[in-house]
Amino acid sequence: MTAMHPPSERLWYKHPIDRVEGTWIALALTWCLIMFFMMVGWHVWGDQNLSTETYRTTPEQFSDKTQAMVDEYTVRTETVQETPVVAPPPGSDVYLIARLWSFWPILELEKGQTYRLHLTSMDYNHGFSLQPANINIQVVPGFEHVVTITPNQSGTYSIVCNEYCGIGHHQMVGRLYVK
Amino acid sequence: MSVATTYRTCPRSGLQFEKNAERLIKANAFVAVVWLLIGGLLAIGVVLTRWPAVHLLAPDTFYMVLTAHGLDMLIFWIIFFEIAVLYVASSTLLRSRLATPRIAWLAFALMVIGSVVNNVAVFRGASSVMMTSYVPMMAEPNFYLGLILFAVGALIACFVFFGTLVVAKREKTYEGSVPLVTFGAITAAIIAVFTISSGAIILIPTWLLAMGVIDAVDPLVYRTVWWAFGHSSQQINVAAHISVWYLVAAIAFGAKPMSERVSRMAFLLYILFLQLAAAHHLLADPGLSTGWKVVNTSYFMYFAVLASMIHGLTIPGAMEVAQRKKGYTRGMFEWLRKAPWGNPTFSGVFISIIGFGFLGGISGVMMGTEQLNMIIHNTVYVPGHFHATVVIGTTLTFMALTYYLIPVLFRREMITPTLAKWQPYLFGFSMYFFCLVMMGAGTLGVARRHWDMAFGGAPQAYEWPGAAYLMMGLVGIAGIAAIAGGAIFVYVTVGSLLWGKELEPGERSAAFTPVPRAAPTVVAQSYGSMGFAAPGTFTLAMIFLVTFVLYYFINWKYLSTLWGLS
Repeated sequence: MTAMHPPSERLWYKHPIDRVEGTWIALALTWCLIMFFMMVGWHVWGDQNLSTETYRTTPEQFSDKTQAMVDEYTVRTETVQETPVVAPPPGSDVYLIARLWSFWPILELEKGQTYRLHLTSMDYNHGFSLQPANINIQVVPGFEHVVTITPNQSGTYSIVCNEYCGIGHHQMVGRLYVK
Repeated sequence: MSVATTYRTCPRSGLQFEKNAERLIKANAFVAVVWLLIGGLLAIGVVLTRWPAVHLLAPDTFYMVLTAHGLDMLIFWIIFFEIAVLYVASSTLLRSRLATPRIAWLAFALMVIGSVVNNVAVFRGASSVMMTSYVPMMAEPNFYLGLILFAVGALIACFVFFGTLVVAKREKTYEGSVPLVTFGAITAAIIAVFTISSGAIILIPTWLLAMGVIDAVDPLVYRTVWWAFGHSSQQINVAAHISVWYLVAAIAFGAKPMSERVSRMAFLLYILFLQLAAAHHLLADPGLSTGWKVVNTSYFMYFAVLASMIHGLTIPGAMEVAQRKKGYTRGMFEWLRKAPWGNPTFSGVFISIIGFGFLGGISGVMMGTEQLNMIIHNTVYVPGHFHATVVIGTTLTFMALTYYLIPVLFRREMITPTLAKWQPYLFGFSMYFFCLVMMGAGTLGVARRHWDMAFGGAPQAYEWPGAAYLMMGLVGIAGIAAIAGGAIFVYVTVGSLLWGKELEPGERSAAFTPVPRAAPTVVAQSYGSMGFAAPGTFTLAMIFLVTFVLYYFINWKYLSTLWGLS
């Protein structure tokens, strides 16, 4: 009878399928498979796939590597905090520290060039949200995530922290230039 | 075997309530509504702060209120109500006594104590860690202890449900297979066992960490296991509210499932594949392989999405077949036009089905796609999506069921039926709009869980586009309208319990009346057109599919304009 009552046929898996249901299941299954292969296919033919290259790290190790980059490639400083603006050569490894409550340093990249961007957090989880390009990546402490990026438009970008990280979360916003 | 209890046959519905089960259902449903009320009050603070022109609360208060809002709504309101649904689906629908009522009360007590302990910890102010409480950000030990106690209580309640199924089978209260609604509830309970165990597995070490007993919990392991609790608990909701949809189709139309086989197979797909969805939250994380992400976040080739699409067709389809049988056969949609739109139990469920599918379902699959996730991860798109699934889907469905339970279970005449009649429309449609503008702002990149989109005090602030500010303002307005809808619900339900005319309880007897065996079904196809039993529903389903396909590919187009990432 109704869905509130035991089915009249005890063997419910022998109940007939209506044509409307059969047609819909075929259509829906086809669509599901298209979506599945779209994800796989984008890894083959698409240009936007998130890297999975990851290493364990510690705040000390990562700070040292970042400091070395800053020492070598700083071109100027900005803001009252004198945040270094770093312009590493194309193709190189660039490091970005996320910590309570800032991104450090400011990176200056070249359009059309490829960089290996290393991300980690010194403390809590943070979010790397590049605006207005709108690329969003989770930043997890203890893990160094290496993402290969190729900026396709020049301009001034902001890096907004979009993972809640405490009372100063709303002030955690960094900068990135693409020439 | 006889146990001292009585059964009340409700004269309004014919449902038979066993005494212990009835008390427990009432208690769980009532506490659920109390949490809904608290969560709703907190929602005022959340939306009025995120509305940029109002920006009401200070940051510390805002994050505290947001933490409590998430927990009280997503965990406490919904799971208390789900326990009530489990008891209805087992004891009431099968006309069986509840197994081990004392243990069921113990479960209830643990859940109440746990939820209160957790909330006290939050409101002391040092546990504003959000619902997700990602380590190494720490809350007070009692924050975790409260959740653990609650989880243990809920787990016990699930086993009382399973025990009741055994009792019903052994005492032969029904013949044949369990009803479809009970079958769906079993799905929900199985998912719940998996979910709650995951919660315990990760929250117990985190509690020990908070007390200084252990040194560290790995942040990525935490995220992985926590989401097996955090997301899967929403899958309990899906299984539970879809069971309620079938129940309401039966209540409002006397509709029988189009095919027991199809609907039950769809529930089985949930058990096998739905939990994999937890991995959606880790798509933007380091350290997890592409293969792992693709297999999990496609729910293994989208078999769970397929199941939802099946339910989305078979439930309105069953309603259509029932209506056509009554003679509403003109055109595609006479069955729908002549549906009981003034009955909040039906209208609430129908608004829920459409919103859950179009807003929650489509957005969920889009954002759960491995690459597309990068354009919305941790933006307000995410709460936009889950308010469509959890509020329009689960909460509105539970509200609709509550309207039915007031006369049947609580034996009260509803006060202000006119208000109740309009409530699903106000609440449902303002939530539709709320979710849409929230997803709009998220598409522009606006962060979730963020106190100030103007970045007050930051040396190099980012200026969001004007459209983002506009949409966050609309989020505020729509949110207030939805909260008003929620307040009407609480007023009508609690008011009916306090001041509603008491209705006669119906006959009591010492023994259950066995559930009668139904007559063999007539094949549904004799009522439709074009060889389709439910052509109107099929048309709606095609509109859904076209919307889905378009929206999905628009987002791929958007993604393809992004920086190269590999």
